[in-house]
Amino acid sequence: MPVSDDFYAGVRDVAPVVVGVIPFGLVAGAAAVDAGLSGLQAVGLSVVVFAGASQLAAIELLGDNAPLAVVVATIIVVNLRMLMYSASIAPQFREVAARWKALMAYVLTDQAYAMSLTTFREQDVARRGYYLGTAMPLWVVWQVCTIVGVVVGARVPAWLPLDFALPLVFLALLVPAIESASTAAAGLVGGSLATLGAGLPYELGLPLGAVTGVVAGLATAPVVRFVRGVFGR
Amino acid sequence: MTAADTVVWAAILIGGVATFAIRGSFVFLYERLGLPALAEAALKYVPAAVLAALVVPAVLTVDGTPVVETGLGPVAAGRALLASDRVLAGALAAVVAYYTEDVLPTIVVGMAALLALGAV
Repeated sequence: MPVSDDFYAGVRDVAPVVVGVIPFGLVAGAAAVDAGLSGLQAVGLSVVVFAGASQLAAIELLGDNAPLAVVVATIIVVNLRMLMYSASIAPQFREVAARWKALMAYVLTDQAYAMSLTTFREQDVARRGYYLGTAMPLWVVWQVCTIVGVVVGARVPAWLPLDFALPLVFLALLVPAIESASTAAAGLVGGSLATLGAGLPYELGLPLGAVTGVVAGLATAPVVRFVRGVFGR
Repeated sequence: MTAADTVVWAAILIGGVATFAIRGSFVFLYERLGLPALAEAALKYVPAAVLAALVVPAVLTVDGTPVVETGLGPVAAGRALLASDRVLAGALAAVVAYYTEDVLPTIVVGMAALLALGAV
């Protein structure tokens, strides 16, 4: 199958996810201007950093005249979870030429990662084409929404709870990812710790939940194997 | 007061380069270094753990506030969650996700349920 067909398959699969990103992108633009950044700086942040949660954290800090080191450290901490995505998706990109890897790394997001890895485990699609098909529409919409947010502010109607769309996207990907007792343990512990850590600064609840969830998955795998052995599978 | 222009641009550039390095880390180094066996085993659990950490706090809210920030005790928090629109809509969406394994119906049913519950 030619690469372009898989690119369009990625675009199709990611379309509903893109809708969920729209309000978040508007906020990234509007919040930056509200905090006193120029329109060019707001768009610069979206193009250069291209990572929503870290952008919002950085905007808040820059608005409070925080020191450069604090802003940079915050961006790094909030984005550190992508180290896990990078490691998790790297084996899929083994065959991809190095010159493409730079672009593919730059557009790596929660959504592109989750959507692509879910598909890679079930279907034999071209890795580069499908992944870029999921990642590029997110990039384009993110930039457009940032500009719109800068120009008109974030005016999503209050009765439309669009902020719930993104969690629903992740929910649709989470359910099939829980395929065994130990992945269930990873999800249970990860979700619980992230919920308890929801009040922590700089979105630290997310990495806290993710790391403890992975540890819980690793720790329960031998237990599950032992129990299976005792009861004859 | 907002940070000086030079600080804003420096934060954008350094933050951007650091973020790119994080994203590219294993994508670039995997072939050369490979992964230790433990890391390889751990990666199996990344999707479930990360996705749950993204979903669960966003669903377990009371009137839009994360449950830990409501200041309720465990029993009162549990009761409030059982009556929370987002918890009910999320549970319904999870059932849809289980049967369809598809993003679009999950979003449509979850959003419709949340709007309907809000109108009651």
